[in-house]
Amino acid sequence: MEVLLGAGVLAATLRLATPIALAGLGGVITERSGVVNIALEGCMLVGAFFGILVADKTGSLPLALVAALAAGAALAALHALASITFRADQIVSGMALNILALGLTSYLDYELYGTTGTPADLPLIPDLSLPIAGIPLVGEALARQNVAVWVTVVLVVLLQLYLFRTVPGLRLRAVGEHPRAADTVGIDVRMTRYWAVLASGALAALGGVYLSLGVSGSFTDGMTNGKGFIGLAAMIFGRWTPVGALIAALLFGYGDALSVSLQGASIGDFRFPVQLLSTIPYLLTIFAVAGFVGRSRPPAADGIPYEKEGH
Amino acid sequence: MAVLLEMRGISKRFGDLQALDRVDLTVNEGEIHALVGENGAGKTTLMNILYGLYHADAGTIRIRGEDARITGPRDAIARGIGMIHQHFMLVPPLTVAENVVLGDERGGPVLDPRPLEARVRDLEKRFGIEAEPSARIEDLPLGIQQRVEILKVLYRGSELLIFDEPTAVLTPQEVDELFAIVRTLRDEGKTLILITHKLREVLAVTDRITVLRGGKNAGELVTKETTARAIAVAMVGRELKDIRARAATGTAMPMLQISRLEAKSDRGAPALKGVDLVVREGEVLGIAGVGGNGQSELAQCILGLRPVTGGTITVNGVDIAHDDPRRTRERGVAYVPEDRRAEGLVLPFTVADNFILGRQDRAPYARRGILEREVIARDGQRLATEFDVRPPNARAIVGTLSGGNQQKVVLGRELSESPKLIVVSQPTRGLDIGSTEYVHERLLEQRARGCAILLVSSELDEIRALSDRIAVMFEGRIVATLSATEGTEERLGLLMAGHVEAA
Repeated sequence: MEVLLGAGVLAATLRLATPIALAGLGGVITERSGVVNIALEGCMLVGAFFGILVADKTGSLPLALVAALAAGAALAALHALASITFRADQIVSGMALNILALGLTSYLDYELYGTTGTPADLPLIPDLSLPIAGIPLVGEALARQNVAVWVTVVLVVLLQLYLFRTVPGLRLRAVGEHPRAADTVGIDVRMTRYWAVLASGALAALGGVYLSLGVSGSFTDGMTNGKGFIGLAAMIFGRWTPVGALIAALLFGYGDALSVSLQGASIGDFRFPVQLLSTIPYLLTIFAVAGFVGRSRPPAADGIPYEKEGH
Repeated sequence: MAVLLEMRGISKRFGDLQALDRVDLTVNEGEIHALVGENGAGKTTLMNILYGLYHADAGTIRIRGEDARITGPRDAIARGIGMIHQHFMLVPPLTVAENVVLGDERGGPVLDPRPLEARVRDLEKRFGIEAEPSARIEDLPLGIQQRVEILKVLYRGSELLIFDEPTAVLTPQEVDELFAIVRTLRDEGKTLILITHKLREVLAVTDRITVLRGGKNAGELVTKETTARAIAVAMVGRELKDIRARAATGTAMPMLQISRLEAKSDRGAPALKGVDLVVREGEVLGIAGVGGNGQSELAQCILGLRPVTGGTITVNGVDIAHDDPRRTRERGVAYVPEDRRAEGLVLPFTVADNFILGRQDRAPYARRGILEREVIARDGQRLATEFDVRPPNARAIVGTLSGGNQQKVVLGRELSESPKLIVVSQPTRGLDIGSTEYVHERLLEQRARGCAILLVSSELDEIRALSDRIAVMFEGRIVATLSATEGTEERLGLLMAGHVEAA
């Protein structure tokens, strides 16, 4: 029981789910506007690196966070330029930017910290202690979590309200479903999409900087290790809603946490195949994408460049 | 009556094509004005200029005597011009109310459905338009969706409403309902422009008519003082041929025999509930009916595109109910599908490649698995010329051709191997008068040759013009089969609505 539902596993679930959820949120907002942004992985990575870099150079956590979000948004801006203004293939652009992000951060990491590794005394994103350890089951796991975990929860709620309970959210969804219809009633399709893509980059970068300045306190090459992509899977699993993406991220995070806590565990002679367990999130994703978990339908204009009519 | 809109000397060129050449249009306040012409006559271009989607190369627009510079839809909306687009500009997952107010939501950034829905309901009451404000667009039939488009325009305070081919996607009943709304709008003081090429509608509902042909003015008529023939001549620029089927042959051999045919719809509900019919050699059997009563499924069953769950289909005495499309076609069955763009053609392919689809792996088009490009090109060119595809270029990409020319490519492929039976579904949907005439002539030519034709169409005029006998489908059954002379419009209309006794 302890290895399946103990406080250690639940706390690890939250910790592992947070970056996935943030990337998922980014995915939700960009795809709801009609732009597929698989560069979220790269946005995460530059967020992780530039957070560390600015934290090291200035010693200021707020500046580090701003730099991380700006780096993610900047990478996303390239994607927006390619896919919205130049109507390039969004998968190709996203993939190219991922490679760019990987190369850029590896190179800079090597140049700056190649021999020493990233410094140890950086200002980190603090934990938040809450007097709730007494609550059964979840209390202990929630009592001491990183601030970023709670920020993520707040962002999920805010984005859910934004998308479905505000006028700008309505317009964003209209742009992602039927840009021509939005255009004919005077909504600026391009601007709406630009902002959504920038926001997605910043959200993913927040996930990245949480990994570097919240969890590990350091940067290593390619440390996001596909979390941006899993975030996109969480977005699909969560049917393109913020709350859904969070739930999916928690599920994936739990799968990850289990594969750690079951390491070496056994029932009688049966040893848990940990390597197989850690594939569960990916299998779940395939099932989700294949439509086994109810109807999962992307916004109608998702990934399709918009071309204005007329001359 | 005061003049509301005056367009003078409007010209517009797209590349080599002079789409509009000094076109004038005058619309009076409070009238229903028809803008008619063949496809490519420039109707939609002219209206897109008025709505600010295109910019004219020359000419002036005056609204209530005032010069109006319209550079985008926003300007047009601000001047009280609204467009009801042919392809609805509605967001399917959003509600009716959300679609109506989108872009002009009023009342702060918070989206609260109740006041929105109340506002839309008020608007509906004022103009006698019914559509549940909280319903999602994707759950509504096209006729209701169109009402939402109208509401959108009224919500923005439009005085001049442009309807672009408003009846193209509607059933006959929905058309009647639309016309009732159109008249109410006029009585409420709105001015309406109807873009159409359906003469029956022009005569039924409009006050005045402007005819365009080849991008030029070709006549201004007062509806009460003109006839369908006069409008058609103005549109086409020549007298029309009189297409009439001859009397039925009656005793000829049955080519297609269907008995107790059953099949399911895409959703698994029974779509065909025991269909019986016979089509003889040299006969056209028309299937009339409101769309969605099993006509499409019937055609698909014959071709082997849909599993038959009961009954038999024999062609020339052989049961083909469970054959795949390839075998069926080898028995001499040709098919002109209802959606030529999705089912009839591969749009990114050339005319020549589309001509050989279905026999691309056989001589003379392929030898040992390699395409014979020269033969394909030569035959493609021959068919393109024979079937009057314009431009007559077999290397043209089919997706760039007009609807009428795309249909000629389908006909060229389907008719060139002398079929014994042709299943034709909505052969002239979206086509102008000239192309429609061409398609009809070709089909009657096949009939004269002795071919049996099963014609599915939602256009009663077409059914009545071509058919020797008319079968009416309602809810998956043939409810009546009439001779061409018995099939009056009134009777067919009643049968299509399911009133079998009354008819």
